[in-house]
Amino acid sequence: MMECYLDNSATTRTDEDVVSLMRQIMLSDYGNPSSLHKKGFEAEKYIIDASRTFADILKCDASEICFTSGGTESNNMAIIGTAIANRRRGKRLITTRIEHAAVSAPMKFLEEQGFIVDLLDVDSHGRIDPAQLESYLGEDVLLVSVMHVNNEIGALEPVAEIGNIIKKKSPSTLFHVDDIQGFGKLRLIPKQAGIDLLSVSSHKLHGPKGVGLLYINRRVKLSPVIFGGGQQRGFRSGTENVPGIAGFALAAKKMYAHQDENYRHLQALHDLFLREISGINDITINGGDVPYIVSLTVHGVRAEVLLHALEEKNVYVSAGSACSSNKPSVSATLKAISVPDDALDSTVRFSFSPHTTEDEIRYAAKCLDEVIPVLRRFIRK
Amino acid sequence: MFHSFLIKYAEIGVKGKNRYLFEDALIRQIKYALKKLPGHYSVTKTNGRIYVACPEEYDYDDTVDALRHVFGISAFCPVVCTDDRSIEGIRAEAVKYIENNYDRKDFSFKVDTRRAYKSYPLTSMEVDAEVGEAILQAFPESHVDVHHPEEMIHVEIREQTNIYSRILKGPGGMPVGTNGKAMLLLSGGIDSPVAGYMIAKRGVILDAVYFHAPPYTSDRAKQKVIDLAEQVARFAGPIWLHIINFTDIQLYIYEKCPHDELTIIMRRYMMKIAELIAKRNKCLGLVTGESIGQVASQTMKSLYATNEVCTLPVYRPLIGFDKQEIIDRSEEIGTYETSILPYEDCCTIFVAKHPVTKPNLQIIKRSETNLSEKIDELMEAALASDELIVVGK
Repeated sequence: MMECYLDNSATTRTDEDVVSLMRQIMLSDYGNPSSLHKKGFEAEKYIIDASRTFADILKCDASEICFTSGGTESNNMAIIGTAIANRRRGKRLITTRIEHAAVSAPMKFLEEQGFIVDLLDVDSHGRIDPAQLESYLGEDVLLVSVMHVNNEIGALEPVAEIGNIIKKKSPSTLFHVDDIQGFGKLRLIPKQAGIDLLSVSSHKLHGPKGVGLLYINRRVKLSPVIFGGGQQRGFRSGTENVPGIAGFALAAKKMYAHQDENYRHLQALHDLFLREISGINDITINGGDVPYIVSLTVHGVRAEVLLHALEEKNVYVSAGSACSSNKPSVSATLKAISVPDDALDSTVRFSFSPHTTEDEIRYAAKCLDEVIPVLRRFIRK
Repeated sequence: MFHSFLIKYAEIGVKGKNRYLFEDALIRQIKYALKKLPGHYSVTKTNGRIYVACPEEYDYDDTVDALRHVFGISAFCPVVCTDDRSIEGIRAEAVKYIENNYDRKDFSFKVDTRRAYKSYPLTSMEVDAEVGEAILQAFPESHVDVHHPEEMIHVEIREQTNIYSRILKGPGGMPVGTNGKAMLLLSGGIDSPVAGYMIAKRGVILDAVYFHAPPYTSDRAKQKVIDLAEQVARFAGPIWLHIINFTDIQLYIYEKCPHDELTIIMRRYMMKIAELIAKRNKCLGLVTGESIGQVASQTMKSLYATNEVCTLPVYRPLIGFDKQEIIDRSEEIGTYETSILPYEDCCTIFVAKHPVTKPNLQIIKRSETNLSEKIDELMEAALASDELIVVGK
């Protein structure tokens, strides 16, 4: 039976070349980058090279790249780190109603510490209204945090426009973008979009898990949230994850080497998928600004049951957002775009990778077509 | 410091001529519990007492924890043993014992001596006085109180001398393996693991059956049940867990029977299947976590309706418990945290908004005739789907 992994926004299969590089580093070039001897220097070179790779992609300076343990840490560091370092300037922060928990949870933590957090509404596509942001902005706003691509419905936020508004209306306010679902497929240049802090995760782009980065514009005052030996210019102590960082850089390089053709392929997959499922009645597509995330509400079917039924056919998708779905809770994103209550629990997400094939898409659509009528016969009354 | 434990058992003590059977079973269960720990523990029975001798290197806390999981132990005491039986030796050992085991010595105490070795030159009372005097001399801040002592210092004179004062509570009950075998219907909820624990506590070996309903219940739900079985097995010993695929029966009932009777009819088929597996595995009864009135399927009338399909006795040890009492017990035995993991079990997936609470058996039976075409075949298929997992080996 064909294995059809369509949960690439949860995580991806690690690229073979990335694995071989990491294996070599773990077995041969295993030094600590801080060690003074040759082994340490060899290891440090991987970190320097990786920083340069990302500096090229993001058109920034290598010293503005700080490696972390992943997207969650990057977001926490950006939000808590700026709040602590700039708290004398004010205590307001602005974010949206559809952020990933890695942004909304640190925001909530700061609220408990006495900061004030304003939430931006979104329209039925999941996009914020720049005018609302403008009305909330002021010199006492420390940070605005808006995601680039929403992880559940693939909404694309107007980050360049937001950056512009901030620079005009409140130049001292910092702008953080969670680009975990965009990096690798879209290209967002922080300096062009007025972004001061940008979070990226490795395992969403065929890199290893446990590594990510935070771009930190040189003008940003940021307090570390992890203290220790002072690695990475003191921003993030701890021995660098050398194999992870090198693997991450290689994975990113490979994604961007074929960015345009990848995107065309993802667009073709998306169009094919929607065509193939167009015969199924009573389904709704939510959001959908990017081609690689399809949020599908299948009315009358519980998402988790649909997920397991597809799993029996080797098709892997997620219900809501996989990162938070080990406990069934209502999706804030779906609520924010006004998905009706009875449909909240009927929404699954298909997410594609450049490696996804058209055959897989056809197979997944065929499975959906088979499974949905059966499941609809048996519903809770 | 301590290298031995004295095991006390309550109910076994009152058994008659078959008492040795219970004692041997207890020894077997203690050995089973200690087998997981490194080193060799020797478990011996002398003069109607069970001793556990620990290896040279051992972890006190792990050993205590293991013994707390052995049914049949009412209490156990860490003891100091010495081969020296002279009164000087005993006095010195008692002082050393107090020195090592009490940070503060300003307690009241009483010495309680027993002599299994009856030809000992001093009487019990005389030994009490000797040892008490030695303790008072060594620790003037202590004092004797023979009526309400804070610490009771036990001295036993046998082939060797035992000194102990700490009494740790065991789980009580009877050693597993002294009372046949039963089939537990394990759902993944809070109640059934507790029910299994309580029946195992009476010396009963457990098998278990879980009804899996993919894709409506997930592999994580199944893993949760396996984990719960493992936790019960810490007390009950190895459990043979049968996992039965119940989806097709459930869907068939859904299609053919009135919706508000679904849960009752489903439970009747679960009982039937559990009984068939129970008989194949020589179980003498079924065990469920039901408690009167907890949910619609556990009213007196519902229990009457589900019970009707069984020929084996159905043991429901929680029948008179409130939910909170069951929760308290599950926290005590360590199954609560796993039980509340939010994976759906097959009892709830199709549950009607208003299921019948007073099912009429005649009506239920009439509804079941709608199933006659395929149900036998589906029952066979469900039995054939039996996946056996042995937990707690």
